[in-house]
Amino acid sequence: MERLFNFLYEYRAFFTFLLLEFLCAWLLIVNNQYQNTKYFNTSNSVVASINSTEEAIRSYFSLRDVNAVLSKENSTLRNQLEQRNQMLYSYKLNQTDSTLRKQYVYVNSKVVNNTTKYYKNYITIDRGADSGIEPGMAVISEAGVVGKVKTVSEHYAVVISLLNIDEQVSCVLKRTGHFGTVQWEGTSSSLTSLKYIPRHVRPMVGDSIVTSEYNAIFPPGIFIGKIKEYNLRSEAPFYEIKVELGQDFGKLSFVEVVKNQLKKEKEALERSTFGESR
Amino acid sequence: MTRNLVTLLISFVAYVLAQAFFKNLILFNTGFCFLYVAFVLLMPIETGNLFLMLAGFAIGFAVDVFYNSLGLHAICMVLIAYIRNYWLSIITPQGGYDPGAMPNLPSQGVQWFLVYTMPLVFIHHLILFLVESTGTLFWYSMLKTINSLLFTITMMVILQYLLPQRSRA
Repeated sequence: MERLFNFLYEYRAFFTFLLLEFLCAWLLIVNNQYQNTKYFNTSNSVVASINSTEEAIRSYFSLRDVNAVLSKENSTLRNQLEQRNQMLYSYKLNQTDSTLRKQYVYVNSKVVNNTTKYYKNYITIDRGADSGIEPGMAVISEAGVVGKVKTVSEHYAVVISLLNIDEQVSCVLKRTGHFGTVQWEGTSSSLTSLKYIPRHVRPMVGDSIVTSEYNAIFPPGIFIGKIKEYNLRSEAPFYEIKVELGQDFGKLSFVEVVKNQLKKEKEALERSTFGESR
Repeated sequence: MTRNLVTLLISFVAYVLAQAFFKNLILFNTGFCFLYVAFVLLMPIETGNLFLMLAGFAIGFAVDVFYNSLGLHAICMVLIAYIRNYWLSIITPQGGYDPGAMPNLPSQGVQWFLVYTMPLVFIHHLILFLVESTGTLFWYSMLKTINSLLFTITMMVILQYLLPQRSRA
């Protein structure tokens, strides 16, 4: 026994090294699993307040661009609303009806922290549990898909960016209707790759990629990007497609979190049909 | 001793805050600046392995909180802290180190400092990018590693000229 202790003491540095490395590896694994860590990330109030101070300074320099984008979006939405109103009027449907369900509710929020150059990029936004935000909600902007909420604290939330090599989004090739998956390759912050489009499909450069209806998180039809180039190897079952993202992640300043009001109902129905094990 | 501990704590906070602001300071899409590595590399030569590893873990963990990457920076820092003293004993100059010497630029010279920091920072960055990409993207990680190495070392050298450095502990 004494020799064992002597042995342990002699190599104490090495054993401490192993212990600390195992601890770090465990932290890494726990953090990579979805919705796990609660305190040690940028939604922590101290860290987030430091970040928002930095963002407050930084945002002055991008005000002009942000204003231009927002006013453009405003006018687009106004035009759409006007068209919709006229359409409703011509069908005599312009009375408000309380039985109409609002499936999606949008919560606007400001980006306080954002990275684009790492392999696993995250975005911190200034809305949290007190605005009704929950892990797993979709985050979009006026130009396309942004990501999904990973963790929330009282006033902040951490969003997994679409520019994260672990993030996959189910999508559809709008012109042909074929389903695929968008996953970032980790290199260019303006390109992502579209996977699982089978050989028989004929994609074209410039085709729009939007979120699919089978998606549990995003509302269907949200723009992701346009095909920039595609390539089919002679033996491969699927195309290699590069998609140019609609949203310039380097300029992200305002985003919207999407609350799906019917999500609980849908999940409960599916659970009662398929059982817990699905 | 207490004075040393206080300066250590202050430099810890300074490195972590600086690193938080360096988060989006990236050159040519691939050059990152992980200046906080200097916190462990610039500790006195006689610092023990155990203390170095604990300090490395602490600063790695603190940086991870800002980078949303729990465990990633800590795992690299613990490794660097563990091999630092072995590397120091391999590159001992003729006649050995003076008692209480610091492994920094004014006391050891530019050439020695580069020989000392380059391999350690290289290992740190390489492990960091490989672990972050979970082993995929090897060549792109290598590109990131080399660009970040140049950036970090340059910042480290500039920092030593800007701030007064003690040549003895």
